[in-house]
Amino acid sequence: MGTSSPEALLICEHCDTVYRRRPLARGDVAQCACCHAVLERHHGLSVNAMLALVLTAMVVFVQANMWPIVTLGLNGQLSGATLWGTIVVMWQQQAQVVAVLAAGTLFFFPLLKMCLLGWLLWFARLGRRAPGFVPMMVTLHYLQPWTMSEVFVLGALVAIVKAHLYFDVVADPGIYAYAVLTLLITIFAGIDLRKLWELTPEDPA
Amino acid sequence: MSAFPRAAELGLIGCHVCRLVCADAPGDHDPADELACPRCGSALHRRKPYSYMRTWALMIAAFILYIPANVLPIMRTASLNDIDDNTIISGVVELWVKGSPDLAIIVFTASIVVPMLKFLSLSTLLVSSQRGSGWAQPQRARLYRLVEFIGYWSMLDVFVVALLTALVRFGLLSLVEPLPGVIFFGLTVVLTMLASMSFDPRLIWDGRDSDD
Repeated sequence: MGTSSPEALLICEHCDTVYRRRPLARGDVAQCACCHAVLERHHGLSVNAMLALVLTAMVVFVQANMWPIVTLGLNGQLSGATLWGTIVVMWQQQAQVVAVLAAGTLFFFPLLKMCLLGWLLWFARLGRRAPGFVPMMVTLHYLQPWTMSEVFVLGALVAIVKAHLYFDVVADPGIYAYAVLTLLITIFAGIDLRKLWELTPEDPA
Repeated sequence: MSAFPRAAELGLIGCHVCRLVCADAPGDHDPADELACPRCGSALHRRKPYSYMRTWALMIAAFILYIPANVLPIMRTASLNDIDDNTIISGVVELWVKGSPDLAIIVFTASIVVPMLKFLSLSTLLVSSQRGSGWAQPQRARLYRLVEFIGYWSMLDVFVVALLTALVRFGLLSLVEPLPGVIFFGLTVVLTMLASMSFDPRLIWDGRDSDD
């Protein structure tokens, strides 16, 4: 080998087939000819646009966590729940495992992911690698499957329908914040963040 | 088996973490001294290490936990004059009868169909790959991607129980408590996710002609 730089090649992660990379036009998706997995897709978002989306997600995330998600009423008594209220109650009710799972997948991991992305994109915008670029990119890679905010939104809908049988249900602002957050997550799901490796020059110093 | 050039045959390794194409060390090097990716520093592997062993172990553990997750109740609804313990399936039935059948189908899919599909798919993938079968390789590859994609949606029921517990706090009038089933179920989901992550889809394509 050795005639081309390593970045000119691409290996399918699902079947180990080697490809020579081709520039993708808008809307193009490169697919593996052997196993049909997506190799890479073009995305039109600039670094600035991605950073804007991350900052938006942060604002919405704060709202989603501060505001109650749903309030129930029974004979004039009201009872609301926030995400952290939910986590604390699960801990107190001898379901610590669930509390830890929820705290991780719905709060700490999404938060860490947004902070890391924001930091990396901020520096990418200036055309260089952020301090701590390599460990952060590795962390992001391992964090990827463990954020579950979108599942929580569906769970909230199911909970609302179930509670509706016995109580008056009021959807609070938190649920709308979560809906927006889900939308943003869906946009980000289409972006392979590993592009950042190639977007910025190797040596930051 | 296939006319496509494969990384292992060309002496290349793709980094699992950053996807950089790296040169493999020539020959059969000692697995103990690992190659590291020059770009991100992660260990390079031709295939995920001990993929079969880990996937089997995690999947069997998940399956064992899946039994109490289904048999034990996941949630207790207590009101003035009655106590009602719900399992996963009775929760689905309740939703179907009293609430909305469409949501019942979603919950049924997330809590029953998805985990079962994962157990069946992963076992199929493991057995067929271990036998070096060339049967339906593109379909098996697609099956693996499906399993990876749907995996975490099973967490749905866990979050439903958590939210209802936090919401329904009306003292003697009405109270919802989580029961042990939900803990087993949460652990099942995590273990099945770990299992599908430790399976290496490239093993589907390695087949009999591989000399590994």
